Amino acid sequence: MGITFVPIVVMMLYSFNNAPTSRITFAWNGFTTYWYRNLTQVNGLTHAFLISLEVAILSSLISVIVGTPVALALGRFRFWGRGPINAIVFADIAAPAIVVGAASLSFFLSINLNTGLLTILIAHVAFNIAYVVVVVRARLSGMDSAIEDAARDLGANAWTTFTKVTLPLIWPGLLAAFLLAFAMSVDDYVITSFIAGSTVTFPLFVYGAAKVGLPPQVLCFGTLIFLVGLIVALANGALNRHQFARATTEDSLAAPTQPVVPS
Amino acid sequence: MSTDLIDAARPAYRQPSWLRRHSPPYWLSLVGGGWMLLFFLIPLASGLIVSLETGNPVSGYTLTWNWHIYSQLFVHSDIPYTTFFIRSLYYGVATTILSILIAYPMAYFIAFRVSVRWKSPLILLVLLSFFVSFVIRTDMWSFVLAQQGFVITTLHKLHLVSSNFHILGTSNAVIGGDIYNNLPFMVLPIYVALERIDRRILEAARDLYSNGRQVFLRVVLPLSRAGIFAGVLLVFITTVGDPVNSSLLGGVGTYTIGQAIQDSYLTNQQFNVAAALSTVLMVILGIIMFAYAKIFGTENLENLV
Repeated sequence: MGITFVPIVVMMLYSFNNAPTSRITFAWNGFTTYWYRNLTQVNGLTHAFLISLEVAILSSLISVIVGTPVALALGRFRFWGRGPINAIVFADIAAPAIVVGAASLSFFLSINLNTGLLTILIAHVAFNIAYVVVVVRARLSGMDSAIEDAARDLGANAWTTFTKVTLPLIWPGLLAAFLLAFAMSVDDYVITSFIAGSTVTFPLFVYGAAKVGLPPQVLCFGTLIFLVGLIVALANGALNRHQFARATTEDSLAAPTQPVVPS
Repeated sequence: MSTDLIDAARPAYRQPSWLRRHSPPYWLSLVGGGWMLLFFLIPLASGLIVSLETGNPVSGYTLTWNWHIYSQLFVHSDIPYTTFFIRSLYYGVATTILSILIAYPMAYFIAFRVSVRWKSPLILLVLLSFFVSFVIRTDMWSFVLAQQGFVITTLHKLHLVSSNFHILGTSNAVIGGDIYNNLPFMVLPIYVALERIDRRILEAARDLYSNGRQVFLRVVLPLSRAGIFAGVLLVFITTVGDPVNSSLLGGVGTYTIGQAIQDSYLTNQQFNVAAALSTVLMVILGIIMFAYAKIFGTENLENLV
């Protein structure tokens, strides 16, 4: 288990190393916050980071909007297309990134679409939809569909049932799906490397810089991403626990202690 | 007849039309399914088409149904693509087997030996490396394991290794990196499968006089097979196609098919070669995973993801 920490600790430690050059060095030269204070000094790094952020936010948002209805269809209906759609979702997750990247580039070349920000976005949504479908469908299957039937019996139409009943209940699932999609998008190197054109995302920048030695600011960005990710994960976990606790207490309050049937 | 009367007495309620009742799942999955079809499935097929084109980077490529490309690449080729394939498969197999051996005890420990309140923190610990960008954490390993890095200089000072000992550039470094980067993909599915096992079955096995080893081998292990399968699927496929670990942690002798595809596409712009290699890779992985699913009889693939 200790092995897990090695790259993390080294990254954090060397983001504070007072290195004499603008590349990370093996020797420890003392503590400094210089690299954090000059975070945006490296040519192209900040821009790459912002591009990654933009792509991650947009692609996760689009894939949640587009993927949730697919999850609803798979989770709530039996229909002819179920098998094929399940198979595509499965293949989308299992397919090796290198093949998907190469194939996407082949495709974009053959339809004469110039590679760049747009193609990155399209491809990221294409792999993120599958993750969204899986996460939201899992949330749906953990939810009693009788509640939706009850809403319909009480006269709600499909849209009202969705917005007033289903959506509030699967909301944590949508959030989890968004976060997973965000993480997948922001960290993707292999697929993006094929279809980025001249656009540089954060992982592409780091990969290019790794060949000649990383600027210490990359480690600062890495440390900050690590901390933000950790905080979000912990907050999400706490939120789920809180909801779970609330749901169980409400259930026990609502549960009749005496038989309701009049005797 | 009585139903007729009841129907007549009902306020006007019309059964929705056949189309209204059966169309919702289709329009719900229209955009999402269409997106995956257009930008995932069709590209996979278009890779095959591109591989059959001939031409060069300058004047462009045209489709000539050049099936010979496949024999050219693997039978008489200046570049040993077959070697790259075999090497990548070796890295994939080694990484997968070692990952199972490391991940299973971890998953078992979290599922069976830890109280409920410690489960989430331990799972978070397993996932902790994912919070560091993939390329950064791989490069940090190359930083730690480099000749002037911490590990080798310490080993030298302790006179444990000869002066020309090195870790980077070896197959073991690549496999180590692959294991480190993929371990959570093995731990999580196995953990989920173990967690799903009904504890009463284990009690029943013990009541029927099986000892600890028998309970594990004949009850727990078979019941966690689906988890192992999902882990193998994720880890093996990712590792065989990965260009990052072999390029950042490896050297000349660790060139993999992932790097070959990337280089022929992006550096040499041999679109047909790259597309042919990736098509072959996909087919090989498909056959291996299909055979594995057949042999180990995993029931329902959809339930795994």
